[in-house]
Amino acid sequence: MAAQTLYEKLWSSHVVHEEADGTALIYIDRHLVHEVTSPQAFEGLKLAGRKPWRISSIVATADHNTPTDHWEQGILDPVSRQQVETLDANIREVGSLAYFPFKDERQGIVHVIGPENGATLPGMTVVCGDSHTSTHGAFGCLAHGIGTSEVEHVMATQCLLQKKSRTMLIKVDGQLGKGVTAKDVVLAIIGKIGTAGGTGYAMEFGGSAIRALSMEGRMTICNMAIEAGARAGMVGVDETTIAYLKNRPFSPKGEAWEQAVAYWRTLHSDEGAQFDKVVELKAEDILPQVTWGTSPEMVTTVDGRVPDPAAVTDPVRREGVERALKYMGLEPNTPITDIKVDQVFIGSCTNSRIEDLREAAAVAKGRSKAANVKRVLVVPGSGLVKRQAEEEGLHEIFLAAGFEWREPGCSMCLAMNADRLEPGERCASTSNRNFEGRQGAGGRTHLVSPAMAAAAAVTGHFADVRTLA
Amino acid sequence: MNPFTKLDGLVAPLDRANVDTDAIIPKQFLKSIKRSGFGPNAFDEWRYLDVGQPGQDCSTRPLNPDFVLNQPRYQGAQILLTRDNFGCGSSREHAPWALEDYGFRVLIGPSFADIFFNNSFKNGLLPIKLAAAEVDELFRQCEATEGYRLVVDLAAQTITRPDGKTIGFDIDPFRKECLLNGWDDIGLTLRHADKIRAFEDKRRAEHPYYFA
Repeated sequence: MAAQTLYEKLWSSHVVHEEADGTALIYIDRHLVHEVTSPQAFEGLKLAGRKPWRISSIVATADHNTPTDHWEQGILDPVSRQQVETLDANIREVGSLAYFPFKDERQGIVHVIGPENGATLPGMTVVCGDSHTSTHGAFGCLAHGIGTSEVEHVMATQCLLQKKSRTMLIKVDGQLGKGVTAKDVVLAIIGKIGTAGGTGYAMEFGGSAIRALSMEGRMTICNMAIEAGARAGMVGVDETTIAYLKNRPFSPKGEAWEQAVAYWRTLHSDEGAQFDKVVELKAEDILPQVTWGTSPEMVTTVDGRVPDPAAVTDPVRREGVERALKYMGLEPNTPITDIKVDQVFIGSCTNSRIEDLREAAAVAKGRSKAANVKRVLVVPGSGLVKRQAEEEGLHEIFLAAGFEWREPGCSMCLAMNADRLEPGERCASTSNRNFEGRQGAGGRTHLVSPAMAAAAAVTGHFADVRTLA
Repeated sequence: MNPFTKLDGLVAPLDRANVDTDAIIPKQFLKSIKRSGFGPNAFDEWRYLDVGQPGQDCSTRPLNPDFVLNQPRYQGAQILLTRDNFGCGSSREHAPWALEDYGFRVLIGPSFADIFFNNSFKNGLLPIKLAAAEVDELFRQCEATEGYRLVVDLAAQTITRPDGKTIGFDIDPFRKECLLNGWDDIGLTLRHADKIRAFEDKRRAEHPYYFA
């Protein structure tokens, strides 16, 4: 058989039916559900008198609307509360493999709890009504975000209508420098190919620098594939993947584990497999990244400067840069390290896992929040992450530095709960989107790694984490 | 879903690239558990001078006079001209719901983000990709001509300009058929229920650990 890419293997093992124009029905193994994009789907099912096709594919949690402090008070915002209670009622009525409701010890961000519970397994198709579902591709899955109509479609049919994507390999070879993390790698990739660079592609990340990453790092990279325009990002299975999955609650056990692992070891692109596009980066060239604008592609290195729109020749692009600088309140040519921050957010499905918190804590240890920084929020990705961080004493480092240690949830990544920026406030954020208003109307977001966020928190401005020994 | 066949509609230009779904419908409105009523909050942060809240009466809010869709000449527009990568960001279907509820039925641009593109078809909203030069010309004509209209004919896959020029566009045959007929995807898929069941049985036998 001809050499196949990982994407081709995953695709061909899930095609149920194909129309003449190539539109295919793809079987879905895992359906992750949260409160924001599911109520209309459940209602649609009910109105049509349909039942979910396979309840055991569903894993659900409440994450977007949940508060990150004062859990004893419940959810104060009545509109948020109604949405979370609607999910409670829908899951109660319909059923699921697992549900981690608000306040459950395993509750958390849907893209954190899936992997940590072994509900995301190599070879699966994974969908969720959330664009950051691409995260799960780190496990050698075909995983992507879907809209609410598709959520309803998957519930009713266990399938998704899809056309095959083109394939792109992003190859990062070499060794990452000290202080350079997976977040910097993915921001550098987006800076190189642009936010539409991956549109229409399934993106595989490979090369020695990717292989050397932990599962947490790979999840960070696949998480932001969507920020490069690709619905799906993925990394081939290797020993790191298998070691991570062993003994997770929903991972196979005993003989089934052996059988599964034998299959999983085949889930990588074959030697000589052809991709429609290949993009290469050298790990040594990647420096800590900071975004300066209102799109993740508006990014530069920490030793760089805010760009000058006068130097941009394309008129649509120039106008985009001008508009972004106006919104961000930045002057052209300002050194990145001169930009002061008002708030810092360490969390989100991109960077709220244990390793992210360790990286932030390593910088925060023995230091204090700078006086001009109003607030530093550290929001673990799940109850389990929170517990592990506390067992390691990370929370004490954060609290000693004057950071706030919160309950898990999506929090200020999208500010659907009470955690948000005030108009004009500037934030160093480990989240994934720096869009206008994303972290609160008028808020100004700069995307960085957890270590760089902690560095900004303790210095009061963007700072090269490599110089904070 | 409402079928889409042919539209003779007023055109509005939104001349910026990378319009994301947070801009199309900000997060506070995603708390709704309904599918309808998002139109008054479409482009909320650009459209109004205050910060919008769910459940608010938008008719009394201060409009931003600088926002293009607030100009009198574009009131009632059903066709939106867009730039590259329209609809990037979140998978929220609230974005096409908001655009459709606002009154748009057609979007014309050089490129759209994948998930948004897909979501649009599920809601009777037709996103059309044209070459960048064609889109540039439409922007020019639209901005120069008050009351600028286009005729979009899905069956013929054409856009006809007021100057008589006809531009062809591509669309997947399957999506076209669904849109022309207003078909419900789920109903269509369930015609293959036996095939899905057979696939599932085989998969369960080969990979039982995915069905635990």
